Amino acid sequence: MSVYLLCLILFCIGLYCILRKRNLIKIIIGIAITGHAVNLFFILIGYKANGRAPIHSPDQTILNMVDPLPQALVLTAIVIGLAVIALIAAIAMRVYEKYGTFDITKIRRLKG
Amino acid sequence: MTHMLLPLFVVIPLGAAFLNSLLGKRIKGFSDILSAVATCALACISIYSIFIIKDAGLIVYKVGGWIPPIGIVMVMDGLTVFMAVTVNLVAFLISVYSISYMEKYTEKWLFYCLFLLMVAGLNGVIISGDLFNLYVFLEIAAIASYALVAFGTEHEELEAAFKYAVMGSVASSFILLGIVFLYSVTSTLNMADMSLEIAKGGSPRIIMLVSVFFLMGFGLKSALVPFHAWLPDAHPSAPAPISAMLSGVLIKSLGVYAIIRIFFSVFGATPQILNTLMLLGALSMMVGVCLALGQWDLKRLLAYHSISQIGYVVLGIGLATPLGILGGLFHLFNHSVFKSLLFLNSGSVEYATGTRDLQKMGNLKEKMPVTSATSMVASMSIAGIPPFNGFWSKLIIIVACVQAQHFAYAVWAVIASLLTLASFMKVQRYGFFGELRGRLSGVQESPFFMKLSMILLAVICLAGGILLLPGVYGSFLEPARDVILAGKDYAKMVFMSVR
Repeated sequence: MSVYLLCLILFCIGLYCILRKRNLIKIIIGIAITGHAVNLFFILIGYKANGRAPIHSPDQTILNMVDPLPQALVLTAIVIGLAVIALIAAIAMRVYEKYGTFDITKIRRLKG
Repeated sequence: MTHMLLPLFVVIPLGAAFLNSLLGKRIKGFSDILSAVATCALACISIYSIFIIKDAGLIVYKVGGWIPPIGIVMVMDGLTVFMAVTVNLVAFLISVYSISYMEKYTEKWLFYCLFLLMVAGLNGVIISGDLFNLYVFLEIAAIASYALVAFGTEHEELEAAFKYAVMGSVASSFILLGIVFLYSVTSTLNMADMSLEIAKGGSPRIIMLVSVFFLMGFGLKSALVPFHAWLPDAHPSAPAPISAMLSGVLIKSLGVYAIIRIFFSVFGATPQILNTLMLLGALSMMVGVCLALGQWDLKRLLAYHSISQIGYVVLGIGLATPLGILGGLFHLFNHSVFKSLLFLNSGSVEYATGTRDLQKMGNLKEKMPVTSATSMVASMSIAGIPPFNGFWSKLIIIVACVQAQHFAYAVWAVIASLLTLASFMKVQRYGFFGELRGRLSGVQESPFFMKLSMILLAVICLAGGILLLPGVYGSFLEPARDVILAGKDYAKMVFMSVR
């Protein structure tokens, strides 16, 4: 149970970071943390104590195996997360070139 | 053999995007033609599939030949076809428009790559029968749209893109979290199988939690009111064809369609969910239009109207009566046509005059007759003036509200419609009528391709009411409505057609 709680705390840290931080880079780190927390939770769903990898071979029977599907899906989710982070970081770099700052309170041209 | 059509919805745009990135830079004009041909083919296939669905009812394509629930499936039913026609028709006309409009940007081929990837993502979301697959396609479309919003790489574009990307990725996190919880309860990702598992009863509290996550995640993608803050920044900052794409189809495909599919077909609509949807819809309707009234930036005004019109769609769907759902779906189609047209008009005005500020325009109807006439058609459609399509769908929604005894919502919708009219009278008065300003005397009408796609969209606006005529109604709107009304029978139909 405590692992799930720790996972929740990690998720909340990420959300806090996105909501409260004023630096663009810190916001990006927050997004990464939330993504990792969700991925970790996904892996925990499929985990079994003392489980082993579900690799089948004819000469042995597997009794206690972990659920392989979440691991395959998390791999996809990690790649998607990477793409998002890379794109947002690239946008943040261009924002810095234009505005000369990473502070979101100073990047406010759009309003109304 | 008809089920071989399904993967084409994703394969064509993905393949075109790949070819584009390979050859688009080397051969001049290649990306224009390729993109127009690919989206035209998609539009033709989606219109052709109307007739297939009319006979077959529901088609399943098993990816790699694995039977569901083990393998991934693509499912095409009435609702899917309805959305596919909406998305691909608008995408084709926007692609034609971009041929001339995107001349003022450098690296046009990159634009087409991202555009086609976005179309692939949108089609994928619509056609997928697997929840995780839906998430992956949703992310493809979302990432492409973040990049497209930043395409101009000026101050405003970058700021808007950053804001949009951060909010979008938080929404995606919540959607993924919802999927994880659902997987932990049902041990499956196939939507039909999941629906059967949920029907067994089990853990209603987790389903409630997941509903909240999905409402938040997809609500943010579809810009319902408490989650709308990104839209008025992101949509105006993108190039005009992309604004049209985002407002016209992206918020509907990623947001409204996903909400319908998950809450009606998988969870089975409960009164709590329906009431929440209606409340959010009514709220969006009014807040959007009130914020739009004070705007002087043409594209920003249109973006706020998107929020308001999505409110109508969600209100209609949330009523869950046959008439209400019909009105919601019809308004969804109509909105994607006239809002795309309005954004293309604004792009055309910006192309010619270099400004989006209504106070700096005036009497453009003499200089730009086509743009002005088509924008008049679109304005009347969105405001709900009788012969145009917007009138019929709004009328159906309001009648449905009255029929379902929700009189407050009916009055609310009428007031929002009047405010919409007021706001578009302002657009016409300041933008296209009034006295001509000296600075604008050299303005010229936009090039041929831009005019062509604007005129075609205006014709669809005018002829939209035809969709309600008996013969046409039965093959386009009715199957889509029946899918939503059938709700959880979706699972039964999917498994039946596999056998």
